[in-house]
Amino acid sequence: MQWSEFFTSSVGKKFVMGLTGLFLIAFLVVHVGINACIFADLPIFNENDNGAMFNKAAHFMGSTVLIRIMEIGLFIGFIIHIVQGYVLEVRNRASRGIGYEVKMGNKGSKWYSRSMGLLGTIILLFLVLHLGHFWVKARFTHEIMPVTYNGVEMHDMFMEMQMVFMEPWVVVVYVLGCFSLAYHLAHGFQSAFKTIGVHNKKYSLMITSLGYGFAILVPLVFALMPIAMYFQWVK
Amino acid sequence: MEHGTINLTLKVWKQQNSQEKGRFETYPVKGISQEMSFLEMFDVLNEQLIRDGKEPIAFDHDCREGICGMCSMYIDGKPHGPWNANTVCQLHMRAYKDGDTIVVEPWRANAFPVIKDLMVDRSAFDRIIQAGGYISVNTGNAVDANSLPVEKKNADSAFAAAACIGCGACVAACKNSSAMLFLSAKVSHLALLPQGEPERRTRVLNMVAQMDKEGFGACTNTGACEAVCPKEISISNIARLNAEYISAGLVSEG
Repeated sequence: MQWSEFFTSSVGKKFVMGLTGLFLIAFLVVHVGINACIFADLPIFNENDNGAMFNKAAHFMGSTVLIRIMEIGLFIGFIIHIVQGYVLEVRNRASRGIGYEVKMGNKGSKWYSRSMGLLGTIILLFLVLHLGHFWVKARFTHEIMPVTYNGVEMHDMFMEMQMVFMEPWVVVVYVLGCFSLAYHLAHGFQSAFKTIGVHNKKYSLMITSLGYGFAILVPLVFALMPIAMYFQWVK
Repeated sequence: MEHGTINLTLKVWKQQNSQEKGRFETYPVKGISQEMSFLEMFDVLNEQLIRDGKEPIAFDHDCREGICGMCSMYIDGKPHGPWNANTVCQLHMRAYKDGDTIVVEPWRANAFPVIKDLMVDRSAFDRIIQAGGYISVNTGNAVDANSLPVEKKNADSAFAAAACIGCGACVAACKNSSAMLFLSAKVSHLALLPQGEPERRTRVLNMVAQMDKEGFGACTNTGACEAVCPKEISISNIARLNAEYISAGLVSEG
């Protein structure tokens, strides 16, 4: 079988969705881990941290060639997942020309399992805003104030977060983005494993449980960041 | 439950042929015994329509014992009606109360065009089977049943998958009109048995190719198919099909 035949078949297209989905899940682990360093400033840890731990971690992420190359890979992963997602959504919707008078609704499936396209679109809109808030400013427009630790100058991303999250509407949009991510993951995490062919019953319960845990924990920690900044739990 | 007779209102899809646009027609049905099956209720209604000089409602049926998979009715928002693991012929009128209104639609999928009223053309499934859902055997004497040992667990899983009757409820329930539960049952049934081994790779590749050609959607693992399957085919077969396809398409040589 030709590569082209495999990757243009419905199963092959879904395989790409599953693989890129799992890749993006791995990215979320790194992203949430590094950003959680802002909580080092909480009184129970070190009140005098003032974002130093986070700034150093963020600086490290931008300081090596390896991570710059991985960043390109990440963008490719995002683009494939988004474009392929829309291609499948359009094809799937087109497979039923005339709809039902009485909809099946939640009889047999969860609303979020049926709304991956919508949830993904909300996440995409959030992502555009999010990249504009931090990534574009750090990499292109250089609007971020510098800070120096032990003689090394770096971006004060912590202060940038504080400024961005002063606006209540931004906090609300970020929290809504996290809700969409949570439901997208609640279906996507376990579905990705099925799509790449994991059918061993020994692992399916474990993957499903892990998926729900991941879908709750990661977006919750993300959502706590703008909230903590807005209410000045960290400063 | 108390048995008796009930009066109902039926809202049924009427469509002259695959080209013409259809519409809903409302029929009052009176004196229906709660011990009747849903199809027998349609028989009563059709007899009445014939007596009144009107055209009866076309619907598919054959065995009326839950194994032929012909009765493609989508009843009140669920393929084969409100009961679980059930076909329409095995749905009995005790599921309904006097005065209920029931909406009956045909399967909706581009790959299953309406022939007339509640009858749809499911020959797309036949073509998928023809693409590889078989084993090639030489004619001759029947092989002794115990000459090919099969692990008990595999035999049970293959048998459970082989229970698929090809009714198309999975397609009707799926938001993507995907035929993956049907296909995965057919592929799993043979992939788990030694008899299916020689054609294992070409079978899955050809059957998926035919499924895509017929215009079914892709699987998004929502689970609606499994929830409505009259034979309770497990959705884990779909993950097995994916593994078979990936292995045949990416790992195998040739």
